[in-house]
Amino acid sequence: MLKLENIAKDFGGLRVLNGVSFEISEGQIFGLIGPNGAGKTTVFNIISGLLKPSSGRIIFNKSDITNQPPHVVTEQGISRTFQNIRVFEDMSLLENILVGMHRLFSYSSVSMFFDLPKKKKEEKQLREKAMDILSIVHLTEKADLKAGGLSYGEQRKLELARALATEPKLLLIDEPAAGMNPAETEELMNEIKLINKNGYTICLIEHDMKVIMGICGYVAVMNFGEIIAEGSPEEIRKEKLVIEAYLGKDEKSA
Amino acid sequence: MEKFQRGKGNGLTDLITSFWQTYNTLIYTIFVHGMLALSIYITLACGQLSLGNAAFMGIGAYTSALLTMKMNAPFGLSLIAGGMMPAAVALIIGIPTLRLSGVYLAMATLGFGEVVRVAFLNMSITGGSLGLNGVPLKTELWHLVLVIGIFIYFFIRLRDSRFGRILEAINEDEVVASVMGIKTTYFKVWAFTIGAFIAGVAGGLNAHFTFFISPREYGFEPAVDILTFAILGGTRTLWGPLAGSTVLTTLPELFRFLGPYRLAVNGLILLLVVLYLPNGIVSKETFKNIKKIFNGSGCLN
Ligand SMILES: Nc1ncnc2c1ncn2[C@@H]1O[C@H](COP(=O)(O)OP(=O)(O)OP(=O)(O)O)[C@@H](O)[C@H]1O
Ligand SMILES: [Mg+2]
Repeated sequence: MLKLENIAKDFGGLRVLNGVSFEISEGQIFGLIGPNGAGKTTVFNIISGLLKPSSGRIIFNKSDITNQPPHVVTEQGISRTFQNIRVFEDMSLLENILVGMHRLFSYSSVSMFFDLPKKKKEEKQLREKAMDILSIVHLTEKADLKAGGLSYGEQRKLELARALATEPKLLLIDEPAAGMNPAETEELMNEIKLINKNGYTICLIEHDMKVIMGICGYVAVMNFGEIIAEGSPEEIRKEKLVIEAYLGKDEKSA
Repeated sequence: MEKFQRGKGNGLTDLITSFWQTYNTLIYTIFVHGMLALSIYITLACGQLSLGNAAFMGIGAYTSALLTMKMNAPFGLSLIAGGMMPAAVALIIGIPTLRLSGVYLAMATLGFGEVVRVAFLNMSITGGSLGLNGVPLKTELWHLVLVIGIFIYFFIRLRDSRFGRILEAINEDEVVASVMGIKTTYFKVWAFTIGAFIAGVAGGLNAHFTFFISPREYGFEPAVDILTFAILGGTRTLWGPLAGSTVLTTLPELFRFLGPYRLAVNGLILLLVVLYLPNGIVSKETFKNIKKIFNGSGCLN
């Protein structure tokens, strides 16, 4: 479904990504892990069009999306959340979702100006749909509150719902469990599994190994801008390079 | 007896007539400034600091004045043309400039304003530095009420619509808006163009009651004044800029007795508002403060 071919990224002479290649197949929950600064978020930024790769190609469902601007990438069916939460704080939860759904609105500016039935009907229908999306992350009760007033965990879930609202085929989720307590994390895992079951392919960056081991079908490990291992969670757990990357080399045995 | 009563009635009408004669220009100007405040509000509503609205007002003023003077065009038509002309210009210059952001956009639009002013000064059709004299007096109070009413209605409709939400999203976080699939430049250009249209219509209405227009009315100073309306009033809702423009237009009249110092009062008020109500007159803080005052603890903060 999504294929990265030899992606490299330099930030003013500093090579942050080097020959990154991997493939995500349809229906997967794909985990992307690695220590701090490994380059995971940079990979997301490049896929979503916020950064241009220095070299390499990105193929999504057979079309080349390398160097496409973000809104085109989203139109193609890739949506994402942000590691440093970025909800629209001054808007209500419902409005956050409606922004994500903006492409589903078809009424004209004339309908808007004269408040014609077509506009009223469409707003009503799509608001109901937005409520359905909020219910996936269990936030319907707070629909009319300002997003800025939510807890961290709730804001992360709202971002997830807002990304879903763009009707993506592939969802990129950057550290959703950060700042969540164990109960929230548990609920989040169930929600992600449910989203996946409903036909969305998922790529997940996460430091919490319980989450990765619990829901990912396939995992790629990054360190210093390179993919150092990939495979099923069980394979990854045993991989020596991965243990070294996370715990540092054991100097006595080396 | 009969005479006396009639005299009393006439006294009241006389009072109204003389009030109107003294203050009609002020009242007209409040409406025009209100429209200008709305014209910058729509660009600020999507986070763009554009200072080109005085120039757009000028383009609208000259366009509509020339149409009524030289071609005898009906007033309504020349007003619409006065809005369309700057809107067309905005569309053309908006596409490259709205890729800029923050202070760079402000500089670019100021530069554009200067270009427009110099063009007015040097073209023969605009009458050079003398401007246009003898613009027919066509604007009446109900025109102003009707037009500003339409603009306000438009902004109210915008609030709970797709377009309004998109502008708000761009205002809050342009990067996230683009990741939501929004063509941010496209919508920013639209906001800019609608703002230019509103400013142009305001310019047309203004030209048809001041009798005389000249390039200096559309230069740097009015550009900053328009921004001040919005900042003083607050940009969270459309009522902010309207309140700001009304206050800043009325105050110099109220403080006329201060002579040359009266403009300093405007400056002082602006300073106080920025210090104590950083989000403008019409903002959450103001309502909170008013509530507090009524609840008996009248402290700011
Ligand atoms: N815009 C930028 N300019 C310069 N350097 C950057 C930029 N963005 C990221 N980097 C650098 O690239 C490296 C990879 O960063 P990235 O955010 O992708 O890491 P990460 O794997 O997501 O880490 P974390 O787990 O801490 O989120 C880091 O060394 C970071 O400092
Ligand atoms: Mg990261």
